[in-house]
Amino acid sequence: MKQNPQMLVERVDAVTIRFAGDSGDGMQLTGNQFTSVTALSGNDLATLPDFPAEIRAPAGSLPGVSGFQLQFADHDIFTPGDAPDVLVAMNPAALRTNLASLAPGGILIVNADAFTPANLKKARYDTNPLEDGSLAGYRVHTIPLTSLTPQTLVDSDLGKKDRDRAKNMFALGLMCWMYSRPTEPIIARIRATFASRPAVAEGNLAVFRAGVAFGETTEVFAHAYEVAPAKDMPPGRYRQITGNLALAYGLMAAAERARLPLFLGCYPITPASDVLEELARHKRFGVRTFQAEDEIAGVGAALGASFAGHLAATVTSGPGIALKSETLGLAVSVELPLIVVNIQRGGPSTGLPTKTEQTDLLQAMFGRNGEAPMPIIAAATPGDCFDAAVEAARIAITYRTPVMLLSDGYLANGAEPWLIPDIDGLVDLSVLVNFANADESGDFQPFRRDPRTLARPWAIPGVTGLEHRIGGLEKADGSGNISYEPDNHHRMTLLRQAKVDRIADDLPALTVDEGDGAPRVLVLGWGSSRGPIEAAVRRVRRRGMAVARAHLRHLNPFPSNTGEVLAAYDRVLVPEMNMGQLSLLLRARYLVDVRGYNHVTGQPFTAGELEQAIVEHVKEQSWHAP
Amino acid sequence: MARTLTRADFKSDQEVRWCPGCGDYAILATIHSVLAELGVPRERCVVVSGIGCAARLPYYTDTYGFHGIHGRAPAIATGITSARPDLQVFVITGDGDALSIGGNHLIHALRRNANMTIVLFNNQVYGLTKGQYSPTSEVGKVTKSTPAGSLDHPFNPVSVALGAEATFVARSIDNERAHLAATLEAAARHKGTSFVEVYQNCNVFNDGAFDAVRGNRANQIRLEHGEPIRFGDHGEHGVVLCDEAQLEIVDVVDGDEGALLVHDAHREDPSLAFALSRLSHTPRGPTPIGLFRQVSRPVYGTELQRQIDEAVGLRGTGDLGALLAEGDTWTVGA
Repeated sequence: MKQNPQMLVERVDAVTIRFAGDSGDGMQLTGNQFTSVTALSGNDLATLPDFPAEIRAPAGSLPGVSGFQLQFADHDIFTPGDAPDVLVAMNPAALRTNLASLAPGGILIVNADAFTPANLKKARYDTNPLEDGSLAGYRVHTIPLTSLTPQTLVDSDLGKKDRDRAKNMFALGLMCWMYSRPTEPIIARIRATFASRPAVAEGNLAVFRAGVAFGETTEVFAHAYEVAPAKDMPPGRYRQITGNLALAYGLMAAAERARLPLFLGCYPITPASDVLEELARHKRFGVRTFQAEDEIAGVGAALGASFAGHLAATVTSGPGIALKSETLGLAVSVELPLIVVNIQRGGPSTGLPTKTEQTDLLQAMFGRNGEAPMPIIAAATPGDCFDAAVEAARIAITYRTPVMLLSDGYLANGAEPWLIPDIDGLVDLSVLVNFANADESGDFQPFRRDPRTLARPWAIPGVTGLEHRIGGLEKADGSGNISYEPDNHHRMTLLRQAKVDRIADDLPALTVDEGDGAPRVLVLGWGSSRGPIEAAVRRVRRRGMAVARAHLRHLNPFPSNTGEVLAAYDRVLVPEMNMGQLSLLLRARYLVDVRGYNHVTGQPFTAGELEQAIVEHVKEQSWHAP
Repeated sequence: MARTLTRADFKSDQEVRWCPGCGDYAILATIHSVLAELGVPRERCVVVSGIGCAARLPYYTDTYGFHGIHGRAPAIATGITSARPDLQVFVITGDGDALSIGGNHLIHALRRNANMTIVLFNNQVYGLTKGQYSPTSEVGKVTKSTPAGSLDHPFNPVSVALGAEATFVARSIDNERAHLAATLEAAARHKGTSFVEVYQNCNVFNDGAFDAVRGNRANQIRLEHGEPIRFGDHGEHGVVLCDEAQLEIVDVVDGDEGALLVHDAHREDPSLAFALSRLSHTPRGPTPIGLFRQVSRPVYGTELQRQIDEAVGLRGTGDLGALLAEGDTWTVGA
């Protein structure tokens, strides 16, 4: 786009912006629009939407603040950034709740009109921060967004409500100008969003253009910035994707590669509902979605569909898993394929529904009665949710077992550029389906196992000679008849465990990113903390320290070389957004004194805090050097 | 050409383990006969159950079977029948399983109208857990868990089903083989969720609970579609709709049926069927037996398939590669 010719355009390699406003101000929409156009500009990016659980808290109140942060860069980045370089605060409450994060000397853009006595009071300000000198450490731009907005709408037919709402478009326009984003895609998107209300579309566009023009023509800004496209991304065609969308696509891809219809039994829950909603849109792919009366019915129907020969999944969050536990035990007992997705959120109980945590690992591992082993895998980035879903399906189908796939709120709503995969290049799951064939001998053994995988036959209704009964009562090894025989129960317990353990032979080895030097400290992560860990490790290395990094996708069973990897380092540091759940498992399994870095805030780790933690461990190890 | 199946073909090789004298035996035998009568191949038949004495029935039936968990059979069956509308699906349940722990799933299965036949064995007591009161037990029932008498107001299963707007609701009795068989067969042939309450005698924990109507035709109000509702040894009683919008039992004078209610099982509005179900809240007095309601409503699994077919018809089978590349994309050069 054209810049003011007198204006200097400064090149920067990475920028973090946070939009913050009232939950009615359209901050998520603004953030998403800015993200889309940034993705199209070829930057690497990561986003962190952060919104309240309440649909609409009282306007201007502190709990009602909704935020959207993104980092974009001319190189590969792993996080939505620690401290924003730019904070757009639409009202005093947004300023109060977000100012502490803003980098020293950062750019602060505030909607001056919103700093009324009433709003200041709601935000618990005794004096107006725009006037009392408390913002001296920042580059503050006070812009009367609310009053400028209607000026651009004098010719518009928009009602007052729509006019007030449109002020977020001013902020978006201004940011697009400031970071040299192309405006055409946003214009197209706004038109598409309000296709059924052209007046609203044009009104919003007018405000958006006014925001761009404001940046261009006023002299309050010293310069605009430019962030070049990312250099080091693998070649190919990209799109922007969130974890929940990638997960929905991953389930569809798994079904296509298995040549099975997809069945999703679900009950709406934050932050998992998007997956249900997305899959419900794709009926022409043969996808069946079933919104059940509760979580128990959701997973029950999925298990029924699996029995009937569909690729079945249920998608929920921790409290939903708690309700599904009994059915998951049944799924372990009947040995049918089932993909169980847990998009973790803050707990315990209802906890922090819109915030993120990694606190359900032990629930996934042990949250059932009896010895009920279940494979567990975890997605690491938003785009990786796609691959994780395909991998969950592969294990579920191959081993005839429920598989727990762990995602979390950060991955679910966060976005990143995604290299669009070639579907035909994905693993062929259809050869693994291998439904049992008709049997005329009258001696079908529903629990006779494949000697390699220990999987039992997937015998679906409709096939002559395979009539059989399954259920939660213990089955006799082989025949599947009810058995209360003590030794049989012991044998079946061992077989079910051996079946899960054996998956380890079928997993890629845990790889270690050694970096330079001879690291004595290994940082081991799982799930969504991969980005912050990778960013932190990079920073530690830049400081000249050697540190190794590894990331677990498979948490049950662990890759077979996990013990060796752990033993190869003097210290293993495991950062987790929980109180040490993976640490507990590793210590128990490998008798290694792993150290935890544990922080449960509902927010993803920042690279900065992990950098500090890692540096401490590296220093401590060097003091203990032999 | 497959040979015609008989009742014996549906008996599994598993030893039946119910108490001697249990009403379940008669129901099991009747279900086997009905399966043979339906002409559905064994491999296309799936019997799903929850937990309880009745829930063991799938093991004794040589079809596909799924013994699930307490109260959840309708959910599992909904998954099976939604995935595979070609299957004949039965849900076998008891009063505790269906109306207590599974009450939620039962009402939603009924309103949703997925294609399955729910057979509820009602013995007004918990059998498998050895004799606690159930959601159909009468107030004041003394059991091991209610030594001073139960305080809970009981459910009338037929009223519950009609309240949930089930499209097929009937009641029968374990030892009335012909009536039970005809009722179950009609239920199995019904498109959608059919619900059959069967009075079942638990001779160990609640013997004789239904003696007032079981084997006492004089006390049974046999519902026949299109017929005036009369009962008694000589049809000396009848049912009329009185001014207060409720049903009343009257004497039939000189065989005059003029004022009697003519049973219409296919009436869309369930109000009269519901009123009939209230004639006997617990089966101590004259109790309606037979088909209360059968109406036609879209079937869940069929509708799901229709939506898929329509979507494919409108825009063709989905192309996943194209879907993934939809919207704004950009290319990073090699």
